[in-house]
Amino acid sequence: MTANSLDALDAVRSGGLLVYRQIERCFDAPFGTALNPWRHLGALGFLCFWLIAVTGFYLFAMLDTSAIEAYRSIDWLTRQQWYLGGLLRSIHRYGADAFIVITLLHIIKEFLLGRYTGFRRFSWLTGVPLLWFIFISGIGGFWLNWDQLGQFSAIATAELLDWLPIFATPLTRNFLSVTTVSDRLFSLFVFIHLGVPLLLLFGLWFHVQRINHAEIFPPRALSLGTFATLLVLALVAPVVSQAPADLSTIPAVLPLDWFYLFLHPLMYVSSSGSVWLLVSIVTLLLFGLPFLPKRSQFVAPAIAEVHADNCNGCRRCFDDCPYAAITMVPHPDGKPGQQLARVIPDMCASCGICTGSCPSSTPFRNVSALVTGIDMPQQPINDLRNTLKKSLAALEGDSKIVVFGCDNGARVATLAGKDVASISLMCTGMLPPSFVEYALRDGASGVLITGCSSSGCAFRLGSRWTEARLYGEREPRLRNNVPRERLHIVWADHGEEKKLLVALNEFRRSMAAPNKPNGII
Amino acid sequence: MLKSKPLVWIGQVLLYALFALIIGTFSSAPKYQHLTPDQALIKLSFSHLGKHIATCHQRTPEELAKLPRNMRAPMQCQRERSPVSVEVDLDGTLVYRHVAQPSGLSKDGASSVYQRIEATAGEHRLAIRMKDSPGDSAFDYKRDEVIHLKPGQVLVIDFSQEKGSITLQ
Repeated sequence: MTANSLDALDAVRSGGLLVYRQIERCFDAPFGTALNPWRHLGALGFLCFWLIAVTGFYLFAMLDTSAIEAYRSIDWLTRQQWYLGGLLRSIHRYGADAFIVITLLHIIKEFLLGRYTGFRRFSWLTGVPLLWFIFISGIGGFWLNWDQLGQFSAIATAELLDWLPIFATPLTRNFLSVTTVSDRLFSLFVFIHLGVPLLLLFGLWFHVQRINHAEIFPPRALSLGTFATLLVLALVAPVVSQAPADLSTIPAVLPLDWFYLFLHPLMYVSSSGSVWLLVSIVTLLLFGLPFLPKRSQFVAPAIAEVHADNCNGCRRCFDDCPYAAITMVPHPDGKPGQQLARVIPDMCASCGICTGSCPSSTPFRNVSALVTGIDMPQQPINDLRNTLKKSLAALEGDSKIVVFGCDNGARVATLAGKDVASISLMCTGMLPPSFVEYALRDGASGVLITGCSSSGCAFRLGSRWTEARLYGEREPRLRNNVPRERLHIVWADHGEEKKLLVALNEFRRSMAAPNKPNGII
Repeated sequence: MLKSKPLVWIGQVLLYALFALIIGTFSSAPKYQHLTPDQALIKLSFSHLGKHIATCHQRTPEELAKLPRNMRAPMQCQRERSPVSVEVDLDGTLVYRHVAQPSGLSKDGASSVYQRIEATAGEHRLAIRMKDSPGDSAFDYKRDEVIHLKPGQVLVIDFSQEKGSITLQ
């Protein structure tokens, strides 16, 4: 691929990212960052899958899986048992539609954020086949109903598949007359609509294998909101069957589900070959994206390094790593049961969250050169302690504030001043809580901590773990004797420097006030 | 971030409603016009074994004696089959012509054809010709018929192996 093509791809990505950020911020206003659906697209996809699966169980139990009775059994559910079966059928269908929309948005978002290469390559590549599985199982669902829409879709799919030179007898011959559509063929439909979703479930499990603490359920409020939306839609516009399938006729007009069945009209206006060409190109592009040549200026960041002498095998880094890049192995010191962290290079995101979790990362250790159990070579914990000391020494004024931020969130460098020292980390999750206490003991009046908004953390869990550690809910905890009114947390994404500045000024004022507020975190 | 609680609720409801509107709309609209209301469809579809390229040879007793005992089949036939040619005329105009090659690596499988032919509803003269024998001989099977197509009707042209003729259904 030429440099020009890569430039064009970068331009598309950065332009798209600007638009995406704007949309995301628009949703922040009513939903807040924690419940913004754009920040939980993967989890929302999972929610749709669960909804489809649960409603599907009931529908399958009620479905008569024969060519003649299938239509009647579904139509009975829709009309006679509309309050349960009909409702579940509509949620099943709309949930499937939402699933594909959310999945496509998820793919676009991850592409715009450049999350398809490096340590994320595995998740990207395992995600591509899922798109196929979703479409196959979705399209197969229309056939089970065996109404005119199902008939149209089944025949169009057979015509598409017959283009491939793999079938001795054309599949389309199964749909020439009523006598050719047998119960056996219907069993195949059932197998596709049940078997492929099982493959999809397995693929989803594979897809999140390298994601620690994967979010397979969105936050409760968002789940309820999404479910309520689909429920209301099912009540307002219940899904109904078309006329029963009749192979001696062909319907002129069809209420097509464009989310899944758009390939059929595309085939009829072009050709089966064109559709195969299109889907092949899209699939190859998606598979090829992670293998594009790296830009010349791109230098892979150094990965975490384990220092065996300072690692006691506590497993905190193992628990906290967002990408399951750490495994535990027997410690070389030979003590029975003693373990040592080991970093898997390909999976390390270079976020430093492991350093923040390490109990050896405390700056209070009485050593001239601070070496921790697991450290980032590009920003060692010893440098962080030295930087903090130097910055504090240089501060002037009554309220000396130290701001710890992250490279991916709002830029903290803009806040630096006579009474403000700003330190940007690779991820806020890299900050051991003991550094807050250390800064306060070393002369800081207050410590402000910022980073990407909690549900938009570039490394997924940095903000979440930081907050939990500072609240004392997760190891390593901020000690109880640290005055909470001298600590402030404000999450601000890249571009939200104003918000950060406002928060800093408020914090400064609150510390100067005679009655300092309690529990400012 | 909106500070007012009612505004937050209104904003969320509006955005959820927009999502529902998109899902609800495109799950069944706009309607897809597959055929015009006055059209019908003729489907030509068959999967037919062409005749063998060469006639079978009756082995002589001498030839059989030279063969291992388990391979002494009295007839020796080449596996390859003839391609199947088909032509369809509608109202005297040739609308489809195709030569279907036999399937299989040894070209010993069935030749398959599937073709959609859209036609306006009403009376038509339909002529189908099919040839499954090798060489330049005339068509082996013919059918010429006046058909009456209703709007939306699907007429299937097939080949019945049992009857040995082209069928319309």
